[in-house]
Amino acid sequence: MYKILHKKVLSDVNKLMVVSAPDVARKAQAGQFVIVRIDEQGERIPLTIADYDREAGTITIIFQEVGKSTMHMGMLNPGDEFATFTGPLGHETEVENYGTVVCVGGGVGIAPIYPIARALKEAGNRVLSIIGARSKELLFWEDRMRAVSDELVVCTDDGSYGRKALVTEPLKEMLEEHRGEITRVWAIGPAIMMKFVALTTEPFEVPTIVSLNTIMIDGTGMCGGCRVKLKEGAKFVCADGPEFDAHQVDWDLLLARQRYYLDEEKRAVEQWEHKCRLEAQG
Amino acid sequence: MTELTNRERMSIPRQAMPAQEAEARRTNFDEVALGFTMELVQQEADRCLQCKRPHCVDGCPVGVLIPQFIAALREGDMEGAVRAMKEKNNLPAICGRVCPQESQCEVKCVLAKKGEPVAIGRLERFVGDYELAQRTCPLERGEPTGKRVAVVGSGPAGLTCAVDVGREGHEVVIFESLHAPGGVLVYGIPEFRLPKGVVQAEIDYAVECLGIEMRLDAVIGSLYTLNELLDQENGAGFDAIFLGTGAGLPSFMRIPGINYNGVVSANEFLTRVNLMKGYLFPEYDTPVKVGDRVAVVGAGNVAMDAARCSLRLQALRQREGAEVHIVYRRSAAEVPARAEEVHHAEEEGIIFDFLTNPIEIYGDENGNVCGMRCIRMELGEPDDSGRRRPIPIEGSEFDMDVDMVVMALGTSPNPLVFKDAGGLERFKWGTVIADEETGRTTKPRVWAGGDVVTGAATVISAMGAGKRAADDINAFLREGIDPWA
Ligand SMILES: Cc1cc2nc3c(=O)[nH]c(=O)nc-3n(C[C@H](O)[C@H](O)[C@H](O)COP(=O)(O)OP(=O)(O)OC[C@H]3O[C@@H](n4cnc5c(N)ncnc54)[C@H](O)[C@@H]3O)c2cc1C
Ligand code: FES
Repeated sequence: MYKILHKKVLSDVNKLMVVSAPDVARKAQAGQFVIVRIDEQGERIPLTIADYDREAGTITIIFQEVGKSTMHMGMLNPGDEFATFTGPLGHETEVENYGTVVCVGGGVGIAPIYPIARALKEAGNRVLSIIGARSKELLFWEDRMRAVSDELVVCTDDGSYGRKALVTEPLKEMLEEHRGEITRVWAIGPAIMMKFVALTTEPFEVPTIVSLNTIMIDGTGMCGGCRVKLKEGAKFVCADGPEFDAHQVDWDLLLARQRYYLDEEKRAVEQWEHKCRLEAQG
Repeated sequence: MTELTNRERMSIPRQAMPAQEAEARRTNFDEVALGFTMELVQQEADRCLQCKRPHCVDGCPVGVLIPQFIAALREGDMEGAVRAMKEKNNLPAICGRVCPQESQCEVKCVLAKKGEPVAIGRLERFVGDYELAQRTCPLERGEPTGKRVAVVGSGPAGLTCAVDVGREGHEVVIFESLHAPGGVLVYGIPEFRLPKGVVQAEIDYAVECLGIEMRLDAVIGSLYTLNELLDQENGAGFDAIFLGTGAGLPSFMRIPGINYNGVVSANEFLTRVNLMKGYLFPEYDTPVKVGDRVAVVGAGNVAMDAARCSLRLQALRQREGAEVHIVYRRSAAEVPARAEEVHHAEEEGIIFDFLTNPIEIYGDENGNVCGMRCIRMELGEPDDSGRRRPIPIEGSEFDMDVDMVVMALGTSPNPLVFKDAGGLERFKWGTVIADEETGRTTKPRVWAGGDVVTGAATVISAMGAGKRAADDINAFLREGIDPWA
């Protein structure tokens, strides 16, 4: 069992947890993920490693409550335990000094982009960052991102904080302004955002790396449920990724695959809310 | 009681296995074969002729003392039967249920010539189940030796090796990447064929008796690499490693449309159903979809299991008029699955489309499967495997109306464990090179066995390999002679 040591509510739906998992912490690198399971009935949920502390033996995860399992997770508290917390899985982010790079984090994707931006900064890159969310309440870690970025643009879809824009707008401006200078872009966020980042950077021919969050089960390459179609053929996100060249990804198929279990997810949420109401009534 | 003559023994018919009726079992995931009663056991045991030179034993990959355990059963000496069984087989409740007896021990039985061999598998299962309930003959751990052995993977190969190494008194740690031990026995083979409670009980029994440490959620290649496990200074400092990581990597056909929603590997489908208990969704969190018209491509045990799980999900969800097809490019004679499974699948209403091969999968505007194009095949000359090669019949293409396609086409070893395992050589198709007799790999202090060496095979052959490797590991640790030096 893996104990939750610390919990922080980042916003209504975004929660941060520090979990005791010394073995995972010993090996974790930026870009990798863990698979967690709440209890015996739980499903296996992949979550990017947002931070790790080797000495303390802890892993930080951040998740957005989007379905039954993440809602349930959001109700756990320090002292509670996960039944499964396995990793680190997937490949680490390749970090070198590339010169000038851009890091884009959208929504809960700000969590996993942060350690990448930090590693890039430490490797000597000039880091330009953009973080965005639907509204102010969903933003977090602006301070942390600012600390590791040479420039930071903050935007919200509804204009409730920072610039009123989608992340692709400032991205396009940066690419135009620093034409030829920007050598790489990282983007992590909802699939639809990553698709439009890919479309934005493609005409500028800037290599763009995305971290895909497909549906997974084992997370070790055993089932193929996480597969993604690239121009060169299908790959397993868990074992071959999770980072891929954004210009290779068949985004429409990826989006369709993400929608496959929507009905079941809805049913699970209804059932869960019903159960919570009954419990609240005692 | 007077001794029966051989003639009398031979006149007793082979006892049928009590089973759930096909109509009833289609709608549940409970075990199909219910097991012999003591009375049936006596009847069946009486059929054994106690041959002087028993051929059945030659057919068993671990050499179970078949005449001895059957003789004890006949006497009603259950403890004796268990003791004879455990000489060679530590997981009888499992083997009795899933071994392909018809092509191993039973095919060699002298009574098989007349079509009715002794039902060795069903007797074995009875002995195994009895022991799980009674625990008459617990495994004993030898004097602690101070040596440490890491077993990677908790399938039948790893478990068997762990038990035989543990009995010698060595300290054993099993590393398993999933959250439950058992390998294919828990994530692949369905509840209705091998109840997960039986697997768990067999494992618990052995692990408790021998003080084996079971480390779940431990992905080797990541958490520790093989080199780190062996490293005496900075690593985990194991004296020997047994690699039993199986062949978990699914293959997909290289045909258009393979990435549409609704095309799944049998591994994914079966893992959702068995390991994650998707058939109990939403009580369990993991959903599993089933189509109204499912095509399962392949005809091995895996395909039968996927087909029969599909059928049960359809029934549980009251899909009127739903169908499940097995699509196989060879003919009925080449079907590799266990005979009993094929028989059960037919009884339950699975439709077999032989000499048929998919060439394209169609998807609708939402990216969901909406049909499959196939071509008819005919059998030509035998290929390298000795089986007649299927050849497409030109112009015979036709469309099948399906909304889900399960690929059950065979698997290869998952390469994750080979990271930082320098010196461990593999064949180009991915299986580990290991000596058949000893399990020694090309990397010092690393042994391997089971599907990771042979590719997808059987539970009992994996156990046999685990046993042989354990003998060699024990000899190595006892004598300290380095066979790689
Ligand atoms: C659906 C299905 C039905 C079958 N039916 C039958 C049948 O009826 N009869 C029969 O005889 N055989 C059957 N088989 C075949 C049989 O199950 C296998 O041959 C047998 O389980 C192989 O045993 P193993 O120990 O080599 O590997 P597995 O059982 O595959 O176990 C390997 C274990 O290693 C773990 N592992 C893998 N990589 C790592 C890693 N890096 N770190 C840690 N752990 C790791 C896996 O999670 C797994 O638990 C069936 C197979 C399937 C898939
Ligand atoms: S999650 Fe199963 S292969 Fe990637």
